[in-house]
Amino acid sequence: MASPMRIRATMMNGATEVKVLMSHPMETGQRKDSSGALVPVHHIKDVVAKHNDKVVLQAEWGAAVSQNPFLQFKFSGGAAGDTVSVTWNDNKGETRTDQVTLR
Amino acid sequence: MMISRFVLAILLVCGQSALAHAEEDIFAEYRAMFGDDSPAILVEMDGEALWSTAAGEKAVSLETCDLGLGPGVVDGAYAQLPRYFQDADKVMDLETRLLWCMETIQGLDTIDLRDQPFSEQGTPQTALEQLSAFIASRSKGLPISVPQSHPKEVEAFESGKRLFNFRAGPHDFSCATCHGQEGKRIRLQSLLKLNSPEGARESFSTWPAYRISQGSVRTIEWRMADCARQQRLPGLIFGSDFAIDLITYLGVQANGEAMNAPGLKR
Repeated sequence: MASPMRIRATMMNGATEVKVLMSHPMETGQRKDSSGALVPVHHIKDVVAKHNDKVVLQAEWGAAVSQNPFLQFKFSGGAAGDTVSVTWNDNKGETRTDQVTLR
Repeated sequence: MMISRFVLAILLVCGQSALAHAEEDIFAEYRAMFGDDSPAILVEMDGEALWSTAAGEKAVSLETCDLGLGPGVVDGAYAQLPRYFQDADKVMDLETRLLWCMETIQGLDTIDLRDQPFSEQGTPQTALEQLSAFIASRSKGLPISVPQSHPKEVEAFESGKRLFNFRAGPHDFSCATCHGQEGKRIRLQSLLKLNSPEGARESFSTWPAYRISQGSVRTIEWRMADCARQQRLPGLIFGSDFAIDLITYLGVQANGEAMNAPGLKR
């Protein structure tokens, strides 16, 4: 299982800013390792972020996003006690969801 | 004719110094975007887990390893390394000390780690990189205080200073060749003057670091090995006195500066 995501969510002026650090190799499928063999494609395909049960961000990612992606976004609203969850799915079918509670 | 050449010369000089700072601004912006976060945090977490994981023939963790401040004390340990260790009767940096602890406390066979202490690009980080990231993070904000109280520590410093100026290899490069003057750069990488406190402070306080271009945390021993490679010197043996002495030389000059590792570099 991949390492947990680091999610930081801070509320300010009626909006919530979320910063997410994800652990993922994000292989483009074009890189060769030291023996000359092609390293197979392995990257996050989509990301969904939710505020409680409402989807606030959806993203489709490809080879252009680099290793250990850092995602930052804002959504309006957010109060103490709400949860912000982030889910990613990759091309190998692996997935990871992590969440934080706003304080 | 003379005036236009003069103007051209000034423009070239200005262009060069602007270029030397432009690269730093880009990464300063990148660091600001991250704020307190850094991809290194993921590696720190792995290192923390590894520190308390039982391993080796004796099936114990590294939690009794003495990094200079007493068995198991991690907070502040990185800021006072390299230092002399009585039990090994030698000056050790973090990485050699970790290997020593792995061998003596855990009964771990470290031959593979010594052979390949650093991960290849795109492969998982090695134990040494993970542990270095974790241990260095626990000295964040604390003043660097590499000791010079034991004669061997003083000897390491003096040797480091000599090695810094020692020219060798097919290009006859010493560390001072690139790092002995202010305001120089190689291509677009600005070079710190490392035989001065200002340069040493900026450098020593930010290693180990997450190297964005490598996608991995790299340690200061890695940096020494890579410098040796760039100087076209023979491959630097991991944990050699060459590396430890140079690290001591940098660390002592940097004393007083707040540790800020793992850093975030190109």
